[in-house]
Amino acid sequence: MLGFAALYPTYGLIWKWNKRKENEMDMKADKKKLGLKEKYKLLTRDLGWEPTHHSIDTVFPYVKYEGIKVHDWGKWEDPFRLTMDAYWKYQAEKERKYYAIIDAHAQNNGHLHITDARYLSALKIFLQAISPGEYAAGKGFARLGREFPGVGTRVACQMQAIDEIRHAQTQIHAMSNYNKYYNGFHAFAEARDRMWYCSLPRSFFDDAMSAGPFEFMIAIGFSFEYVLTNLLFVPFMSGAAYNGDMSTVTFGFSAQSDEARHMTLGLECIKFMLEQDPDNLPIVQRWIDKWFWRGFRILGVVGTMMDYMLPKRVMSWREAFEIYGAGNGGALFNDLARYGIRLPLEWNDAVKALDHMTHQLNLGLYQWSFGTAFHTGIPSEEDMAWLTKKYPTTFDKYYRPRWEHIKKLKAAGKPFVNTGLAKLCQVCQIPTPYTEPDDPNTLCLRETEYKGEIYHFCSDGCQRIFNDEPEKYIQAALPMPQLFQAPLNGDIGVWMDWVGLRNGTDNGDYDGSEDQRNFAAWRATATSNQ
Amino acid sequence: MSTVFIALQANEETRPIIDAIVRDNPAAVVNREPAMVKIDAPGRLTIRRQTVEEELGRAFDLQELQVNLITISGHVDEDEDSFSLYWNS
Repeated sequence: MLGFAALYPTYGLIWKWNKRKENEMDMKADKKKLGLKEKYKLLTRDLGWEPTHHSIDTVFPYVKYEGIKVHDWGKWEDPFRLTMDAYWKYQAEKERKYYAIIDAHAQNNGHLHITDARYLSALKIFLQAISPGEYAAGKGFARLGREFPGVGTRVACQMQAIDEIRHAQTQIHAMSNYNKYYNGFHAFAEARDRMWYCSLPRSFFDDAMSAGPFEFMIAIGFSFEYVLTNLLFVPFMSGAAYNGDMSTVTFGFSAQSDEARHMTLGLECIKFMLEQDPDNLPIVQRWIDKWFWRGFRILGVVGTMMDYMLPKRVMSWREAFEIYGAGNGGALFNDLARYGIRLPLEWNDAVKALDHMTHQLNLGLYQWSFGTAFHTGIPSEEDMAWLTKKYPTTFDKYYRPRWEHIKKLKAAGKPFVNTGLAKLCQVCQIPTPYTEPDDPNTLCLRETEYKGEIYHFCSDGCQRIFNDEPEKYIQAALPMPQLFQAPLNGDIGVWMDWVGLRNGTDNGDYDGSEDQRNFAAWRATATSNQ
Repeated sequence: MSTVFIALQANEETRPIIDAIVRDNPAAVVNREPAMVKIDAPGRLTIRRQTVEEELGRAFDLQELQVNLITISGHVDEDEDSFSLYWNS
């Protein structure tokens, strides 16, 4: 053997190397598998290093100007302890489940299995107004994945960036199956930028993306994820299941399975800021006040979808808010009280609005439905009976009489249309449809004069947000002023082309629409051989 | 005491997980809603890997929860053996 190894030294080396490798593998097999905490440490925290060629401030230039003081980024921890390897594994599994159902939906005439085509209005709003928000959140978190100095935080933000892009894609993909058959789905990208009701969520995301990294985290991680997405994805998606819409349930629950992680990231970030330095408290509280109210304004749209657009309903918007808004949000604020955090300033205004908001917004959508890329309609007797039951103190007193009046006008061949252009709130951009918190018969309007111009607001909350940062909000792009600028010059027909709205097809009353006729005709052919 | 909750998709994979949660958390209330199951508990809810494995009849990694999780309320604490939700107040 000695002679052999001497003659062929290379072989001897390989033999020795193989032997060592085997020993190492034996040792590895003996060693205990890495624990979750240990694995998390190795695959996140230990990926960071101290820069030597540049100062830490030039590497992370945006992390100080908001005034948040951080002494130890190592204190930030993702409680899910999700590492990239596990992330890819479970996300891939979610995608496989999602596409299996989307394929089944397309192969089994899923577009005919919904309770009624009027349900699709909710999906059209979702695609035009909400899905682009997912994409915007993806861009924002990609930025945070670069801008935060903490390694654990950066990894979690990068995962969330990928999640948000996935949500936008899966939502667009799921709804493309409806776009093959129904109107109003085709121009969602134009609607996102140009449609008046889409400017409500668009301005929310633009506001967040043009803020600093910590404020973005409160805006999306806290307000959007913790306060909003539970209401958006949980009762609404459960409602989609009730209405036979398997594709929406699937994208909704698939997205929401990521939101649990996102909410936790938002909550951890708030706790982290509050624990790092007592000076952070007033800044964090101001952001909570601002983004709670901005989030609540978006909820008006979600609530209206729940109360008026689902033919079969799981729960009312009010009931959903009691569970996921007041119950869940209340628990969160109780918990944060030990840091000195109190309820958001406009919490009481929100509570007072619960019995009015969806009714007022839906009346607004109906009267301006010549300009919506979805259908609205007068609630049926059965729907109104349900609304009376769910809103016993307000519906019969304030809103049923208006619908009865609108019904009479329609029967007389003069449907109620409001061609006047609404005053827009400079902050949330909604056309001021809501009433005073303590008086449901008076429209709530506020104004502030700034540098010789008058700015309008829908509420005390939005006015306060403007007064805190007027230089930011005077730059807002508002849909109504755009209508009067070139190339539209106030022409509604030109405006419709510009927003991708096909007059007489995509807009107006569901009753008498092409969607209604097609759904009835196709359903008939699906259940008979004629 | 504030309520914590977890909501899971209603399917074959989560049925044994829900049974395990009920076994380990006597105060938990199970709400069966369309397509989902929401479990509420006062103050704290814990999912133990060992109990899930007994119900499921196979090895289970708690991170598999990610696939069928819809939403949670409360702070999270997770390691290989248990997944807990809790409020501090």
